Amino acid sequence: MEAFITHTGTAIPLRRSNVDTDQIIPAEYLKRITRDGFEDGLFSSWRKDPDFVLNKEHHAGASILIAGPDFGTGSSREHAVWALQNYGFKVVLSSRFADIFRGNSGKGGLLTAQVAQDVIESLWEAVETDPTVLVTVDLESRTVSAGSITAEFEVDDYVRWRLMEGLDDIGITLQYGDEITAFEAARPSYKPVAG
Amino acid sequence: MGRTLAEKVWEDHIVRSAEGEPDLLYIDLHLVHEVTSPQAFDGLRVTGRPLRRPDLTVATEDHNIPTIDIDKPIVDPVSRAQVEALRNNCAEFGVPLYSLGDIEQGIVHVVGPQMGLTQPGMTVVCGDSHTSTHGAFGALAFGIGTSEVEHVLATQTLPLKPFKTMAITVDGELAEGVSAKDIILAVIAQIGTGGGQGYVLEYRGSAIRALSMEGRMTICNMSIEAGARAGMVAPDQITFDYLKGRAKAPSGADWDAALDYWSTLVTDEDATFDAEVVIDAASLAPFVTWGTNPGQGLPLSGSVPSPDQARDEVERVAIERALEYMDLTPGMPLREIPIDTVFVGSCTNGRIEDLRIVAEVLRGRTIAPGMRMLVVPGSVRVRLQAESEGLDEVFTAAGAEWRGAGCSMCLAMNPDKLAPGERSASTSNRNFEGRQGPGGRTHLVSPAVAAATAVRGRLSSPADIPAVA
Ligand code: SF4
Repeated sequence: MEAFITHTGTAIPLRRSNVDTDQIIPAEYLKRITRDGFEDGLFSSWRKDPDFVLNKEHHAGASILIAGPDFGTGSSREHAVWALQNYGFKVVLSSRFADIFRGNSGKGGLLTAQVAQDVIESLWEAVETDPTVLVTVDLESRTVSAGSITAEFEVDDYVRWRLMEGLDDIGITLQYGDEITAFEAARPSYKPVAG
Repeated sequence: MGRTLAEKVWEDHIVRSAEGEPDLLYIDLHLVHEVTSPQAFDGLRVTGRPLRRPDLTVATEDHNIPTIDIDKPIVDPVSRAQVEALRNNCAEFGVPLYSLGDIEQGIVHVVGPQMGLTQPGMTVVCGDSHTSTHGAFGALAFGIGTSEVEHVLATQTLPLKPFKTMAITVDGELAEGVSAKDIILAVIAQIGTGGGQGYVLEYRGSAIRALSMEGRMTICNMSIEAGARAGMVAPDQITFDYLKGRAKAPSGADWDAALDYWSTLVTDEDATFDAEVVIDAASLAPFVTWGTNPGQGLPLSGSVPSPDQARDEVERVAIERALEYMDLTPGMPLREIPIDTVFVGSCTNGRIEDLRIVAEVLRGRTIAPGMRMLVVPGSVRVRLQAESEGLDEVFTAAGAEWRGAGCSMCLAMNPDKLAPGERSASTSNRNFEGRQGPGGRTHLVSPAVAAATAVRGRLSSPADIPAVA
């Protein structure tokens, strides 16, 4: 995984709450067996509307999504993270993320930065007034800034460390193989086996 | 200090814990299906990592398989490729798989409990958010993403941050015609779709204790709809009776040892929860959703709300948008909403008890003219049980379609879909925009309400339809 220290880019204001993963990527796009190419399904039903914010010419190339509260609720599909990344997003900002989505994002290297709703509101305004304004999300100092706005965001310490180091979770866990084996040796015999 | 049920199960699975790091938790059972696993198996292949415990891993085909003509090849080439990828992956890595046509095939959350694989005090994960279903047995069960699926395949563990605990106490007796589904829809409407975020919910109280395992699964299933990590019910005699004699349940001396352990799996008297919600069972009525998230629900006797009733601006916009998508006007009585499709099934309400309730309402009646009704059992075994009780004849005599087992119209990955503008009453768990087909509109309901709605053609409870002559 690529290390994430800081990112600067333009942003898209998504003025919607409770954006569930069925909206981020509908089930009909989940049939692929690879991790790429999901950008065509991102918000696909909303993108049919020419006025939808992602369709605006002046937001082309944006890499930061500024979303309403409760982003990523619903299904656990990691395809939602891949779709956002495949489309070009590096960061999602929201005042509240659904747990599973947040976990999935951390694994895949998409930063979910949590800020207060009033920060979201001022970022929305800033970006709507001037879509070219550059937003910087700095993981080192945990701050997001755009024009005159600077605010701290919340991110889990451990996720932050892993993202900054670009570390793969499985590799970390495999170092503890002996502990896992010891735990297995002590498991009671009444626990079921599948086969 | 005392510990909650969830904390006990958590602590019993810690492989390693260190300051400032997530706990490494052992996973007792990993359920796998075709949609969220291909990229995870691929990850193993790319890195050359073996699958650590194929014997603690079980796969089924459920999400995008057809529910008719199951003896023929899957028509949609992309669905077929995904199912074939699962078959190849399971063969290559030695994972037991219940394929289409197998007697154990079905929705992953119906199959685990029915085989006796889901037991109290276990950790259960699956790349599916409704894994919370298994919490009905006093297991700590939660949905994970594909990277975590790969992590469990490779290590049989997951690094996890501790959660908070919330008690949801439902005391008292449910009125006639009120079911587990109504309890959970009312809970979600009360605490909201984000209300459970970061929590494991423990459902307690006399109304929960009185529920069958099926009812408890319905409730735990929808914990995720309140944003929770998981839902749990402490195991009791009803749990033990359900498990006894099942294929994968312990037997002999193992049964006794298991029972000793399971009996300790209750929240201690002096334990404290981080949050508590209390609900009076007697105050509950049949509950239906009117909007596009599961928190947008009301008693069936209510009316479509107005954006003016919102508590804040965010909610006002959400209500407006939901009304527009659902094509509803404020003030319209919910009982007047016309329905053209009824779906009975899913991991929420596709078990035998649910089908019995539906059959009881439909017996001697026919569904409304123009109504399409699909009855989709949660597993092949549920299907066979229903047929041995003659329920299938009741469904077809009433005018409903009787299908094979799978997720079906719950998420519309197979051909069972709503057309744009169609409106369903569905026993499933999600009413998101387009969930049951692009442009389709969904009202979440209990099995009894689904059946009565099919008969009357508008959202209804059994009390609203005339008695059979
Ligand atoms: S029935 Fe619906 S909610 Fe349950 S596992 Fe299948 S798709 Fe998911």
